[in-house]
This record gives sequence, C-alpha cells and structure tokens, in this order.
Amino acid sequence: MSDLWYQLKKNKIAMSGLFMTIILIILAITAPWIAPYDPYEMAPDARFAEPSLAHFLGTDQFGRDILSRIIYGSRISLQVGIISVGLSFVLGTLIGVVAAYYGKWVDAALSRLTDVMFSFPDILLALVIMAILGPSLTNLMIAVGIVYTPIFARIARGSVLSIKNSLFIEAARSMGVSNLKIMWKHILPNSMAPLIVQVTLSFAFAILAEAALSFLGLGVSPDTPSWGIMLSEGKSWMESAWWIAVFPGIAITLAVFSFNVMGDGLRDALDPRLKNESS
Amino acid sequence: MIQYVIRRLLISIPVLLGISVVAFFMVRLVPGDTVTAMLGNSYTPDQAEALRSKYGLDEPLIQQYFLWLGNVLQGDFGYSQFTNTPVLDAILARLPITIELAVLSVLIAIIIAIPLGTIAALRRNSKFDYGASMFGLLGISVPNFWLGTLMILFLSLYAGWFPSGGFVGLSESIIGNLRSMLLPAIALGTAVGAVAMRMTRSSMLEVTNQEYIKMARAKGVSNERLIWRHALKNALIPVVTVIGIQAGYLLGGSVVIEQIFGLPGVGQLALQAITNRDYALLQGTILFIASAFVIVNLIVDVIYGFLNPQIRY
Repeated sequence: MSDLWYQLKKNKIAMSGLFMTIILIILAITAPWIAPYDPYEMAPDARFAEPSLAHFLGTDQFGRDILSRIIYGSRISLQVGIISVGLSFVLGTLIGVVAAYYGKWVDAALSRLTDVMFSFPDILLALVIMAILGPSLTNLMIAVGIVYTPIFARIARGSVLSIKNSLFIEAARSMGVSNLKIMWKHILPNSMAPLIVQVTLSFAFAILAEAALSFLGLGVSPDTPSWGIMLSEGKSWMESAWWIAVFPGIAITLAVFSFNVMGDGLRDALDPRLKNESS
Repeated sequence: MIQYVIRRLLISIPVLLGISVVAFFMVRLVPGDTVTAMLGNSYTPDQAEALRSKYGLDEPLIQQYFLWLGNVLQGDFGYSQFTNTPVLDAILARLPITIELAVLSVLIAIIIAIPLGTIAALRRNSKFDYGASMFGLLGISVPNFWLGTLMILFLSLYAGWFPSGGFVGLSESIIGNLRSMLLPAIALGTAVGAVAMRMTRSSMLEVTNQEYIKMARAKGVSNERLIWRHALKNALIPVVTVIGIQAGYLLGGSVVIEQIFGLPGVGQLALQAITNRDYALLQGTILFIASAFVIVNLIVDVIYGFLNPQIRY
C-alpha cells in the first residue's frame, strides 16, 4: 500500500486528479455552508443575471444562482458515482468471480449474459431501464449501476482466471477450505488491483451517464440541481445567456477529468509494465 | 482462418438470440399501455380489444416473443404503433444518417489520433507529448453533448459558419450535407479520437522498442522509412480494434448527438420510441442497434485476425 502511494505520488498528473477529487468531495460535504445562495431559491428580479460579484457565475431563467447549484450538483454527481459504481462493482465482481471459479456451464452462461449486456450501447441501455423504472435519482443510480456491471464482471473473471490455479489456492483447497471462503479470503483480495482501477474510471463514466440522462430528460427531476439538468435547461437560452450552459459543462468535465487521471495513475502504479507507456 | 471466422460467427448466434430476448422483454417492462395511448381518451373496450388482437398483444408473452422473433427473422419488425408504418422501413430510412454520422466521426477520430499519437510517441516526454496526453485525457472527459452545445453556441450562433441544427440530404447538396454533419461528427468523434490517440501513442512506444526496429535502425534505415514502413503498420493493429470497440459508443452517442443537432437518425428514432412508449419501434431499434454492434465487432475481430495472424481464439 505504501509502495502504491509512493508510485502515485511520483505521478504529477494523477496527483492533480486526486487533489481535484478531494476538492469535489469537500464541496459536496460543505455545500450548505459554502454555497452563497439556496440552490432552489427563485429570484424573479435576478433572472438571467450575468456573472458578477453578486452572482459569480450568473443566474438562470428563474434567477437561481448558478454557482450554488453547481456546488449542490457535486452532491448529486458523487452520490450517483458512489452508489451506482458500488452496485456495479458488487454485482459485477460476484458474477465474474463465480463464473471464473466454477467454470464450465456456469462460466459459459454468465459470460454469454455479460456479452449480451455489452452489446447494448451504455446510454441506450440506461435510457430503456430509466423508461422502465421512471425518472428519479434512485432509479438513475440503479440504471447506471446495471449498465456498468458487465465491465466489472469481465475484469473480475479475467483476474480470477489468472490466479485460480495458483499454488496457494490449490493448497487452501487441499486443506479443505470451503469454496466460499477461498473466493472471499484468497481469490478476491488478490484480484483487486484491476478492479480498483476500474472503480475510479467508472466513477467518471457514471458522472457522464447521469449528466447525459438528465440532459435528455430521463434522469433526475427537473428542479434538482444536477449538472446535466442545468446544461439541458441552459441550452434553450444559449444565445442570450451562455453562462447557464457553459459553467455546468466545465464542472462535469473537471469532475470526469479528475477521476480519469486518477484511474490512469492508479493503473500505472499497480502495473509497472505500463508505466510511462500509456499516457 | 476460415475456421476462425466460422467459430466467431457461431459464438455470435447465442449473443444475438440473447439480445433479442433482452430487447423484447425489457421493452415490455416499460410501463404504460400502448393501445390506450394510441386510442386517446375516448374509446370503447371493444375497440381496445380489437387493436390488442390486431397487434397480437392479447397472446401470452412467451408466445408473443416467438411470434415476434419469427417475424424478425423474415425481415418483418412489426409496425410502429404510432405512425402505423413498418418499423424496418422507419429504421432503414434513418439508417444512412446514422451511418454517415458514425463514418464521419471515425474519420475525424483517425485524423486526430494517428498523427498526434505517432508524433507524441516519437517525441516522448516533450512538450508536444504532454500536450497530446492532456488532449487525450480532456477528450475522454468532455461530455459530447456539452461539446456539441458549445460548438452550436460559438460556431453556429455567434460565428454563423454552420447551421445550428437540422439535416440536409446528400442528394440535395453535398456541401450543405457536410455543413450539417460536421459539428455533430466532431462532437461524437473527439472522444473516440482521444482514446485512439492514447492507444496509438502507447502502441508506437511499444513497437519502437522492439528488436526488429532497433535492428533496422542499426542497418541504417532512414527514420521516415522506419516509421512509415515498419513501426506504424504494426502499431496500428491494436488501434483498429480500439476504434472498432468504440462503435458501441458511437451508436449510443448518436442518441444524444442526433437529439441535440436535430438529425433524424436511428438514435433519435430510439429516443422517440421511448418517449411515445412505442413497443414495436423500440424493440426494433434496440435490436437493430445492438445487433449492429455485434456485427461490427465481429468484422473488427476478423480484420484483426487478418492483420495479426498470431491471434486465434
């Protein structure tokens, strides 16, 4: 672990990603104290106010403060990231470990299921799941979680396959350790490295997916301060009030960027062979 | 090689069947009754029953699935319950737009990726390399719908160089068509270009470190010849695969991009089907898009097999 931190510390870009992620987390936690205005408060007198000292990033068509909504929006993005990636990590890892450990028909069936899910473009699959479940934040997290399950299943399967015939697993098996315990105690901890990298990268995908679904009107409810909703609303006023659509887009890009560079850095640190080769 | 192609084809069959199962049953889980939606507010139960019977909606679900699959295999995807037109016709009418968008996006991705990735690898750790790496990271982080929105704002509304939306057919005007497709293609192709650029760079780095390149260099082969004749050719093999894998992203991304730019493609059709709860149309478009993805991947795998004879699954 200390070696991983040492490797990561040497990678300046990854550290900048980590720094930005920490800022995002602090913003989300301290939103009620640092946001200058109530993100839901409408101010008819201040509609379409340009960026100024009173409203750093301007206001929207209802006079709501853009900066405050972006700060609160970080909560939605992080919530979607944590819960949906958590869901896909647990489900996907379970499917992948079981498939690789038991092999034969179990592997064939689960792998084909994963292949089928992989065949649907992520946004389209999430849109249909949202149409089934109905638009809400909880349903959005479930939809995004389901969509990104196959990638974890595939990575976990590959990782388990590479160690399942190792001597220490054989030793545990010959000592009569149960299958469940072998999977939980020995296989899973040793398959974690690529999964951790994927968790970080999937956070970026989840933030993008939430924004895209909300942008299309099938995400969270319209009054929620979600970056995707803000962008979607801002698009209608683009010619007269560019700031409504531009600033939430910058927020999405920075959040996604920070998770992407962190994921890249982690991958380089965990797999020294790739170091300095992949950007 | 033929055995390999046959094996890949056989593996695709259960996946395609699985896609049909998911497409059919998932759509049937969407709440809302198409029949009542079609009839509006004033209708008699008999009218509703007649319509259900007409579309086979009164049969057990499993039976409906096999009936639907049998028809699909004969090229009959059913009728859109809203426009009363054949689903396949609706898809085929819009397909050229989505294909054109995907092809232009891939072209833009290649134009960005190969020169940028190659130069970055050859000038490793230079300012150019850092700049290209930053572009790679930003390219995969920028939401395509925001990039599209920005381009509409700056290049269409402010500069007036491009239309802010709508589609001009190739038969109407080639220039007009390109002007209406260029911005959506850039919005969609940037992320693919960024991924492919990162792959070109790391692949070039790996290839240029190999013995045969060092040997060629030692024998005095010129730098240009070394790059173009020996290194790039081999480095591009994984790039082809990466671009192929991105086909799914392009098809999914087309749903959002076509909506923003008002392009009447298959992605927009899928979104309309979701909004209208048009079962047959949604099943058809999902099945079509997912199957297209499987077929594109199959073609990429076969091309990969040709390019790299060591690869056999």
